[in-house]
Amino acid sequence: MDSPLAAHSVTLHVNGREHKLQLEARVSLLDALREHIGLTGTKKGCNQGACGACTVLVNGERINSCFALAVQYDGMKITTIEGLADANGLHPLQQAFVKHDGFQCGYCTPGQICSAAAMIEEFRGGAPSAVTELEAKDIEFSDLEIQERMSGNLCRCGAYVGINEAIRDAFEVLSR
Amino acid sequence: MSIFSKVTQAVVQFVPDRDRDQLSEEHRIVGKPIDRLDGPQKVTGAASFTADFPLEALVYASLAFSTVAKGKIRKIDASEAEKSSGVLSVITHKNAPKMKDPPLFSPSSGTDAAASTANVVNTDEIYWNGQAIAVVIADTLDGAEHAASLIKIEYDEEPAALSFEAAKSQAETPKNIMGEDTEVERGDTEKVLAQAKYKVDHVYSTPRFNHNAIELHATTAAWNGDQLTVYDTSQFVRGVADSLAKMFSLKKENVRVLAPFVGGGFGGKGSMWGHVQLCVLAAKVVGKPVKLVLTREGVFRTVGGRTPSEQRVALAADETGKLTALIHTGTTASSFANDFAEQFSFPARHLYATESLYLTQKLVRLNTTPNTFMRAPGESIGTFALESAMDELAYELGIDPVELRLRNDPDQDPAKHTEFSSRHFKEAYRLGAEKFGWQNRPAQPRSMRDGKWLVGQGVGTAFYPAYRFPAAARVRLNADGTAVIQSSAQEMGMGTATVQTQHAAERLGLPLEKIRFEYGDTNLPQAPVAGGSNQTVSIALAVQQACEKLHRELLKSAKQDQNSPLSGSHFDEVRACDGGLFRRDKPETGETYVEILSRLKQDFVEAESETGPPLETMKYSMGSYGAQFCEIRVNEQTGETRVSRWVGSFDTGRILNPKTAVSQFRGGIIMGIGMALTEETFFDERTGRIVNPSLAEYHLPVNADIPKIEAYFLDIPDPHTPLGAHGIGEIGITGCAAAVANAIYHATGKRIRELPITLDKLL
Ligand code: FES
Ligand code: FES
Repeated sequence: MDSPLAAHSVTLHVNGREHKLQLEARVSLLDALREHIGLTGTKKGCNQGACGACTVLVNGERINSCFALAVQYDGMKITTIEGLADANGLHPLQQAFVKHDGFQCGYCTPGQICSAAAMIEEFRGGAPSAVTELEAKDIEFSDLEIQERMSGNLCRCGAYVGINEAIRDAFEVLSR
Repeated sequence: MSIFSKVTQAVVQFVPDRDRDQLSEEHRIVGKPIDRLDGPQKVTGAASFTADFPLEALVYASLAFSTVAKGKIRKIDASEAEKSSGVLSVITHKNAPKMKDPPLFSPSSGTDAAASTANVVNTDEIYWNGQAIAVVIADTLDGAEHAASLIKIEYDEEPAALSFEAAKSQAETPKNIMGEDTEVERGDTEKVLAQAKYKVDHVYSTPRFNHNAIELHATTAAWNGDQLTVYDTSQFVRGVADSLAKMFSLKKENVRVLAPFVGGGFGGKGSMWGHVQLCVLAAKVVGKPVKLVLTREGVFRTVGGRTPSEQRVALAADETGKLTALIHTGTTASSFANDFAEQFSFPARHLYATESLYLTQKLVRLNTTPNTFMRAPGESIGTFALESAMDELAYELGIDPVELRLRNDPDQDPAKHTEFSSRHFKEAYRLGAEKFGWQNRPAQPRSMRDGKWLVGQGVGTAFYPAYRFPAAARVRLNADGTAVIQSSAQEMGMGTATVQTQHAAERLGLPLEKIRFEYGDTNLPQAPVAGGSNQTVSIALAVQQACEKLHRELLKSAKQDQNSPLSGSHFDEVRACDGGLFRRDKPETGETYVEILSRLKQDFVEAESETGPPLETMKYSMGSYGAQFCEIRVNEQTGETRVSRWVGSFDTGRILNPKTAVSQFRGGIIMGIGMALTEETFFDERTGRIVNPSLAEYHLPVNADIPKIEAYFLDIPDPHTPLGAHGIGEIGITGCAAAVANAIYHATGKRIRELPITLDKLL
């Protein structure tokens, strides 16, 4: 077995760019992004998988990057908050968060927005949540569903009302 | 009260008021719900917080913590840690360079900011379980964190004071409470109480709470000779800079502290905690810039939270509901390394008229992390006790809880006996009651039900003083018609950067996009700590004065120039608008700043102003008021409580930006809901150890816990504050826990006097 401190060659595809890194196996995806690549938009709030501040998208699905070892993501497509806007400007979620004041300090915000982006896709894919009725066919994008599905992202500033309004607004824009 | 403050208080009554701020009634830019100006940075990840700055050759520090609560370090073995891969140095009390003692935070000192007197790593003394006792510096973060776990420590343990209950018998009476008299006494309350027909007399208790801003406390320090640059998660950059200058024997001007974005503070970042000086020390030892980000556990171990409290409230009233006695006494805890008696008795000093009044506080000392201010220190826990008791009295009397408060609205301050600067308590109650639909509420407990859910509605008064601290600001007008406002203020999400830009735009008569507000840097004019909801008005007054100074200077220059249309105009005759100064009587006569500066042949003009002490807060009773209405549902089988509706109604002076203001109110209310129902820092009284130092086990409210909170405000300007405004960061949390407890009583008939109201207490 390799020494735990041996360096591994890892290639991370982040926001459409390839990063070739030499990383110890113990380095989390979050620390790889922040400390090795220099993408500091993704935040650390607990390093324990409890707050969601470190949420990023891996092949379109949301994960807590503090709870993931970077070496496991070799070759995978990762999207961080820095990669959500495109040539046309801010992502509808980003615009809606500004409009509805879906934040105060802004520290949980990158995680909230990445989480919401993947959540909308999960919802559209028909994935049920803990509050979905068992026999439900068409799940309604209700406040209850939004709140349940966003409860893995803590906001100590308490911007939840604005966050939910922003998500609802962006969902409509994205559904047009 | 000391003789000195008595005399000051008496003299101040004769000091004329500051002129009413003319902008209190202007509604062009101030008062508009504009989007947060730093929003685009925050939603794209471009906002740089302390831990985000990439410095050249940066290395990482990690801390080791004491596992006993009191004693001395007998032996410390760092040899394994030192040999660990990538480790550059391990600092313990054996080898640490000497620092001067940390200057303990005190409001009167101006800039002393240390949260504790413990000179960590310069001492073998242990004051609390979790105290930092070693710093490891390594070339990677994982390397530093792993090596810190390899340090072996042996202690000579001593018996520690850990039980709040046991310490109560030795409680002391603090000399003063935040500069106010500890004891307030009028009439013989106990006698009135004994004879009263209608009365309540109970003890209420609140547990330890921690702030848990999502941003971890972090510091990055870089030395360049005797110049020190520090990025710090601080609500008080000036205080951190001056305190570090003292501890490291540096000239003040050689220390620069920056905090452009702070990821929430709530008081937890209002003073300088030990890791800050340890990061600076580490950078000195290894000769490289060092970044130290506390782990979440590290925050719980080394950064204090809110004290536990036990409070007695006794109320007596006549049959019309008029209070005849109000007693609010109790005990809080502090540590052996600081000195902070949380001011739970403050609300009762200002809220209700009463024939007799007795207030006092006691303090015990425990071997715990030094306690500190957490959002509305005093008022949040004080209103839990007082407003629960008011509800209990309302049931005793058979008077509606809203009506009872309205009947006791005083004409003058019940403790200070001064006039109120601005008080619209009744209107706030009426507005909230109407929006909530309070009149439809059946008075009887247990009278509303929805299947297995018992439904209840409760109310509690919100209160927070209106503080202002001295502050400085600089205003610069550039030849291209843009302006820069500077003050070392901090932005933790309150919207400071946005409202101060709105303010300057209004004050200078410029559009928003021509103004830049620079803050969060000690190279700028000195701002006070962002605490006590003071910052907005403190900075606003400094900006107001600096703008006035600048305008007067521009008029002076115009006077000497016959060609200027403003020649001969007095300050009172002109108005700043349309990008310049124009005559009030002839709005088309005047000059733009661009014209003035080109006439003066200057690239820019600037003025700086420093404001004086807040005489107005001595002369008047200045506070913000509100009413918190909520509806809750208690599951009859499980005891689980859910909040289903919330209406907050506030009298907080003029609102500068309704959009960011509503977020502030809601944020406070949500923290109040957490305080009422889920939050508690569990403290093991056998070991002095916090046993839930994580966000998984300290239960912050999550998205699904929160209803669509409605926040309303009267928006009536206070004639004695700049812009007519009050700070609003703290009032939101006050009154919440009582409103929830009162609603739970209404739903279940059970009166819970101990926070948090978890399900076990309702079964
Ligand atoms: S930092 Fe990853 S969940 Fe908190
Ligand atoms: S905006 Fe501050 S934690 Fe969410």
